[in-house]
Formats: sequence, structure tokens, C-alpha cells
Amino acid sequence: MRTITVLAVAAVVLATLTSGCGPSNQPKNAAPGQPQHITIKGSDTMVQLVTAWVESYMKTNPSADISVTGGGSGTGISALLNKTTDICSSSREMSEKEITQATQNGVKLRQVDVARDGLAVIVNPANPLNELTLEQLGKIYTGASAQWKDLGGPDGEIIVLSRESSSGTYVFFQEHVLKKQDYSPKARLLPTTSAIVQSVGDDALAIGYVGLGYAAEAGAKVKVLSIKADAAAPGVVPSEKAVLDGSYSIARPLYFYVNDPANKTIDTFIQFCLGAGGQKIVREIGYVPVK
Amino acid sequence: MGASSMSIVVVALIFLFLFRESAPFVRDPGISSLAGSRWVPVSFTKQLFGIGPLVTGSALVTLLATLVALPFGVCSAIYIAEFAGPFEREILKPFIELLAAIPSVVLGFFGLAIVAPLVKSGFGLSSGLTALTGALVLALMAIPTIISISEDAIRNVPRSYREASIALGASEVQTVMRVTTPAALSGIFAAVTLGMGRVIGETMAVLMVTGNAAIMSLSPFDPARTMTATIAAEMGEVTYGSEHYQALFCVGLILLSATFALNLAAQRVLARHTRNG
Repeated sequence: MRTITVLAVAAVVLATLTSGCGPSNQPKNAAPGQPQHITIKGSDTMVQLVTAWVESYMKTNPSADISVTGGGSGTGISALLNKTTDICSSSREMSEKEITQATQNGVKLRQVDVARDGLAVIVNPANPLNELTLEQLGKIYTGASAQWKDLGGPDGEIIVLSRESSSGTYVFFQEHVLKKQDYSPKARLLPTTSAIVQSVGDDALAIGYVGLGYAAEAGAKVKVLSIKADAAAPGVVPSEKAVLDGSYSIARPLYFYVNDPANKTIDTFIQFCLGAGGQKIVREIGYVPVK
Repeated sequence: MGASSMSIVVVALIFLFLFRESAPFVRDPGISSLAGSRWVPVSFTKQLFGIGPLVTGSALVTLLATLVALPFGVCSAIYIAEFAGPFEREILKPFIELLAAIPSVVLGFFGLAIVAPLVKSGFGLSSGLTALTGALVLALMAIPTIISISEDAIRNVPRSYREASIALGASEVQTVMRVTTPAALSGIFAAVTLGMGRVIGETMAVLMVTGNAAIMSLSPFDPARTMTATIAAEMGEVTYGSEHYQALFCVGLILLSATFALNLAAQRVLARHTRNG
């Protein structure tokens, strides 16, 4: 019995020691062709995209060993700041607080713009409303507008749905649509995008926001609203063209953040994502290419 | 002996760790800032860490779940202990135990896809993501605990009680209602308390179905944000050592104290019960 305990303790200690050598301790500029491990962590929005990139990249570079995890942009950023990931995928720019923290932790940030994403505002198909101004939308989410009737919708209180506060989408929406005001405490915070699509499809009085790709996937289950930048502007349906030319108001760049200078394996992978093959995948997944 | 005292050490260490991580919050913004009624951890203007809505949410969901699970669980326990034949018991017991083994994420999915729409149409609400939906899903988790411990308690009532009651001319139903069940009452109380402990600590299922709006409301038809869901949803995102991080540890400490107190109460009652019985 005692021997087993000793062995188990030894195994645990050994495992801790070996895993203690985090990705930041990897030799830089290792010889090409050597198997190299990269971890990518962050935005849930980007998991699907990043996974597709990795799969395609590994076809031509079988020696590459890349692991992808989600958890939210905030999770990825704190992982990069704590040096527990090589690449952080983020659907928002880093906040000043996070940049200060990076300097404190000795992380030199490099930001790479890898794709664009548009957020679609969705309502139940039974809702007669077709468009909202950015201001009206902001008021719905801060709680200033509580009744659909005031906006030309059906009778009843608006059921406001949002992602959880750990999601990059939450912060992006708060910054660009709520103009940095706080969300209404009555907003229901759901853990996943699919839960938002499901609830909006079920509840006649609900409103939610999801990535353009998810809205397209949901099809007729939900209705996508046109968004007007202000009362005088025309309503714009979110589309790839509208996101790229800037006419659609709720769009955002998607980023990779790395600790600069990154090793060669990381740089080669990022070059692949920005290349023709990588950007083609961006379109296939439902986002908008940057090149 | 070594292995069993190990678990005591682990519990003590967890308490110590929670204290250590939450202590800076008590010092800097002060414990009074926890007393507020707004929980706004991500804000461009001012972060607020009032745990009022979270405590209210947890209490509301737990109480509702107990109200649902209690009659169900106790009636089933009485039936299985007193009225079911050996064959029925052979079938019922394993299935009830199976209910306890369903992963809570699976129950959460079930809640989102089935219970939420039912609550919505059943009560004529505009959304099914409410405290009540969470309570119904959690009741499903508490019921197996309540049934199996209550059943043990009822079966532990000495045969002589039953025989004396029947000899005095009481019917079987009268015996169960007036003699056996009251004699097992402290065991049943412990069962319910342990069930509550399970409910208040449950995370995934509530995160998926209660809507998670941080409001102070006692209505079962409003959304609720529980302490567990808050920690689960926010812990991944916080920067290590930030005020938000410390506030979440304060919430964790309160939660652990609550479950600890419930378990302690249940065990004391159980201990007295077995001594007397």
C-alpha cells in the first residue's frame, strides 16, 4: 500500500515538473521540420475558424502539433498574460487595463488582424419589426426601452438576451452598441450562442445578438434585423460586403495576439492564416476575409 | 486512517485557500461593498460586486426545488419502504439511483429543450428561462438523495413499533402515517437537508436554464442568477488577483459555508436519529 502511495506521489511530482515547462520555455527558432507544439486559446467565436485553419495547416505540415481551446477572449488574454498560451485568439481589442498588465508581466504584445465578424441582431420570426437604429438597440440593452410597442413591435415586454460577461461578444456589444453603458440587470445572460438562437426561436418577445455565421446557420428559425447607423441612415442587412465596406455598424475585427518576438513555428502558422488558403477558409466558415 | 484524515486536511486547505484569495477584497473595497444589490462585474464606468442578487437567486432556486422535491421524494420513500413488494423495489431502487447518476449538463440540456418551453406555455410566460425552470431541473437531482436516505430511515424504524400499532387495531395506512413516518422524521429531515445541499451547490444545470439575470426578485417567474452559475460563468475570464477575482472567491466562501452548514446540520440530526433508533 505504502509503495503505491510513494509511486503515485512520484508520478504527480514528475508530471508537475514536466508540465511546468510552459510554451514560453520552448526553444525559439527551432530547426524547421521539427515537431513543435503551439497552443491557441481564447475567443469562443473564433474556435470554429481556428480549428479549420489548424486542420488545413496540419495537412501540409504534418509535424506541427497545435491545440485549440475556447473559453472566451478574456480567458485567452489572461492566458497570454500569464504565459500559458502561445497565441491568444480574441474577438475584441485588448483593454488598456490588460495592456498595462501585459507590460507588468513582461509580455510584449503583437496584434494581428486575421478576419472580420459581423454581429447579427435576431428576433423571433413572428415579430413584425424589420429594422432598428443603433440607438434604439442600445436602449433595449441598457433597459431604457422595455416595451416592444414603443419601437413598432408587438405588445409586451422585451426579453433581452445576451452572452455571458466572459464572452468577447458581450464586451464588443457593450462598447459599440451600448456606448459603454452597463447592461440592464434584467438582461438574461446565456452561456452559449446556440442557447441564444434556441431561445429567440422559442420566445416571441425575445431579442439577441449572434455572429453572422451563426445567424446564417439558424436560417428561418430566427429573423435577422436590418440596422440603421442613425435615424436618417438606411437600414443595412448584415452581409459580407456590408461588413467589409463598413456600412454595417455592428462589425468587428478578429485578432490573434502573440508575445513578440514569436518563434518560427508560430509565425509560419500566422502567415498561413493570412495567406490565400487561410482567407478562403475564413469565407467558408461564415466570416469576412481581411485580404 | 491516513486516507480518511486526508479528506479532512483537504477540506481545511480549501477553506484556507478561499480565505486567502478573498481576504484582499475584504481589506480594500471593504466587505460592505458586497452588501449591494447590483452585480456588475464588467463595466466601462464602475464595477459593482453586490452579492444581494446572487444570494437571493440561490436561495430562491433552492427553496423552490426543495418545495417540489420534498413531497415527491418523501411520498416515494414511504411507498418503497412500506407498500412496495420485493419485486417492485428491485425495479424502482436502481432506476432512482440511475436518476442521481445523470450528468448535470445532460439535465441542463433537457431543461433548456423540454422544461423551459413547458414552463413557458404552462404558466403563460414570455420566456421559459426562469428561477422555476431551474428549480424543477434541480428537484430532479435532489429527489434521488431524498428518496434513498428517507427510505433507509423509514426502514430503520423498529419492527416492534409497527407490530404494536397493528395489534392495537390500527390499519396499515394509519400505522404508516401516525407511527412509522413520525418515528423516522429526523432521518427524513436529514435527507431533505442533504438534498438541499446538492441543489445549492449545483452549477451547470442552473447556468443553462435560469436566465442568469442578476436581479433581486422573489418571483419564481423571473430569471435568477445563482452564486454557482456566477462563479462558473465568470471565473474563466477574470485576471488573476483582480478585484473581480477576489469577489468571486468571496462568493465561493459564502457558498461553501452554506453547504457546509447544511451538511453539518443533516449529519447531526442523522447521528441523533441512529442513536435513538
